[in-house]
Amino acid sequence: MNKETIESDWDLVIEGKSSLLDLKMKDVWRYRDLLWMFVKRDFVSFYKQTILGPLWFFIQPIFTTLVFTFVFGNLAGISTDGLPQQLFYLSGITSWNYFADCLTKTSTVFKDNANIFGKVYFPRLIMPLSIVTSNLVRFGVQMILFLAMMGYYYIQGANFHVTNAILLFPVLVLLMAMLGLGVGLIITALTTKYRDLSFLITFGVQLLMYGTTVIYPLSAAPAKYKFLIELNPMTGIIEAFRYAFLGKGEFTAWSLGYSTIVTLVIMFFGILIFNKTERSFVDTI
Amino acid sequence: MTTAIKVENLSKAYQLGQIGTGTVSRDLERWWMTKIRGKEDPFLKIGQTNDRTVKGTSDIVWSLKDINFEIEQGTAVGIIGRNGAGKSTLLKLLSRVTAPTTGNIKLKGRAASLLEVGTGFHPELTGKENIYLNGAILGMRRKEIQRKFDEIVDFSGVERYIDTPVKRYSSGMYVRLAFAVAAHLESEILIVDEVLAVGDAEFQKKCLGKMGEVSKGEGRTVLFVSHNLAAVKTLCTHGIILENGTKGFDGDSQTAIGKYLASSLLEDEEGRIPDDFYRPYKQAICKLRSFNMMNLEGIKTNCFMLHEIMNFEIVIDSEENIDGVTIAVIINAFDGEPVVYLESLYQIDNLKLNKGLNKIVCSTSNNLLAGIYSITLNVFNKQNGVTYDYIDRAFELTTLNTSAIHQHYRWTSNQGLVYGEAKWEIK
Repeated sequence: MNKETIESDWDLVIEGKSSLLDLKMKDVWRYRDLLWMFVKRDFVSFYKQTILGPLWFFIQPIFTTLVFTFVFGNLAGISTDGLPQQLFYLSGITSWNYFADCLTKTSTVFKDNANIFGKVYFPRLIMPLSIVTSNLVRFGVQMILFLAMMGYYYIQGANFHVTNAILLFPVLVLLMAMLGLGVGLIITALTTKYRDLSFLITFGVQLLMYGTTVIYPLSAAPAKYKFLIELNPMTGIIEAFRYAFLGKGEFTAWSLGYSTIVTLVIMFFGILIFNKTERSFVDTI
Repeated sequence: MTTAIKVENLSKAYQLGQIGTGTVSRDLERWWMTKIRGKEDPFLKIGQTNDRTVKGTSDIVWSLKDINFEIEQGTAVGIIGRNGAGKSTLLKLLSRVTAPTTGNIKLKGRAASLLEVGTGFHPELTGKENIYLNGAILGMRRKEIQRKFDEIVDFSGVERYIDTPVKRYSSGMYVRLAFAVAAHLESEILIVDEVLAVGDAEFQKKCLGKMGEVSKGEGRTVLFVSHNLAAVKTLCTHGIILENGTKGFDGDSQTAIGKYLASSLLEDEEGRIPDDFYRPYKQAICKLRSFNMMNLEGIKTNCFMLHEIMNFEIVIDSEENIDGVTIAVIINAFDGEPVVYLESLYQIDNLKLNKGLNKIVCSTSNNLLAGIYSITLNVFNKQNGVTYDYIDRAFELTTLNTSAIHQHYRWTSNQGLVYGEAKWEIK
């Protein structure tokens, strides 16, 4: 009995095997200051020694929108659900970019930070969380662009309207972040041993975009493939996003509910596999 | 006294060679054996002890095997061992960078580890921003850093540049700032790698002093891993020797150092000087073949106590009989500055080398205060001005103070390098 009281006295026990279901959220919370430091670092270092600074956040979506309008809107003539083409594409690009950035940047987190992870311990999850948070800043700036475009088209008298679903906006952002993070965590954990996946990810994300309703509305999808597109959890999120801001899109509680469940499951497994890998990835990277 | 660190049956296995092709099939085999059939991991069973000089048959190596020790709160423990003995692995496990294969480590109190100073420093950020970032990486809370900020800046001595991006810092300033953050960690357990081997002399002394303060003054437990025996001796009360991944001696630091030196000698080869050393003057006619340092008993060592007799045994391979040769042994301080110059010409007018191998022994008493020194060898001919062979700072010499000196000031480092004999009288 005496021995037991002594055993419980230890503040930290480092063991070879850890409980699989331990998400270590307490540890992450304790290091929350570090998360903000990383976000600040990313932000500050992004600006330094650039002339245009935050303008770069605008340039990419603007040019992508222009190209999409030309190729898919004008050449291919794909329907945009009666919405102004630029507005339609920009809404898709803005939300897709956030998801894609979260995914691609977290998918290399072990490889990119091998040096710092090899020297000091902190909950590794802090790093991907900081990436998702840093990207939120970029997403915010792009949202301003989107809102400005909405304002412009509203004055022009374009046919769209904001719906009550806009109240779901924070949830949608959270879902995009969590989905990107979850998939990214799984990939980064696997790439510590098998590098092959890192080749897949760059064009995989690009291809996946065409499997999501970024450049076409779900209503325009051929019935044969509609099922596949709906299977993609990002579809439900983007459709809801479009419906919230522009009043068009096949937004149903079912599709969003499906996306939410898939996201939560992926996120949960992502954290599990990530935590399992972080313990000794230094040996294999 | 309570136990601050308890290590039980700690082992760590590493896979040698390439990780890549074949990994999937092997992983599947492991998974099949351990998870499905509930057997022992087949790849761990065939592992061998970590001796890099012996070619093993398995590609799994135990970097650490069944290590057990306990460290009491408030002690400073030095972990010594040769390269590859498992020191760094132990450090990594203790600092949670990687997880043990089996066994466990129990810690009481907050532990902070310094495997490197300035981890995570971002060149674009200012000194101030980096203090906050680095502090947070090391586990400090923001408030804690705020409270200590002035102290850290003061310790680093870079106040003027604190709002300048660190990429504009000199490497010395960079290290100072980095160490200053680390030195102000408020943890009960501090795990330190050889991070002190950086920075200028003045700053090194300051750091050694700070480290001493840490364990002695504040009752903290310090784990110090080092090759620098002099530093281990001044800083640590306790020593643990690691040998090929297993624990050797565990006891007071003085005995540990002694045992370590004795054990390292057995493995030492004949002291042959490899041909690929940088030897700008090497002439075929006459070259240095081996160099060994021995104590009075004739035991090879590179560590001497103050006043101990040091015998330098130099073997020279000569193609022919040569007259008028001079041999010089130069002992340099850690910064490369020569401190002691021993030249054969002082004692022997005309040193003659015969064709073949010549063994020359230079004997002297050690008057150097504790520290790490390096030795330069020079063989030349004063008669015709030819340099036959010259090896610059190729051998390391560690000197330790006798316990009578600095006993009461164990945390302060030396002032000066050479012991001076003096008589003190009150008149």
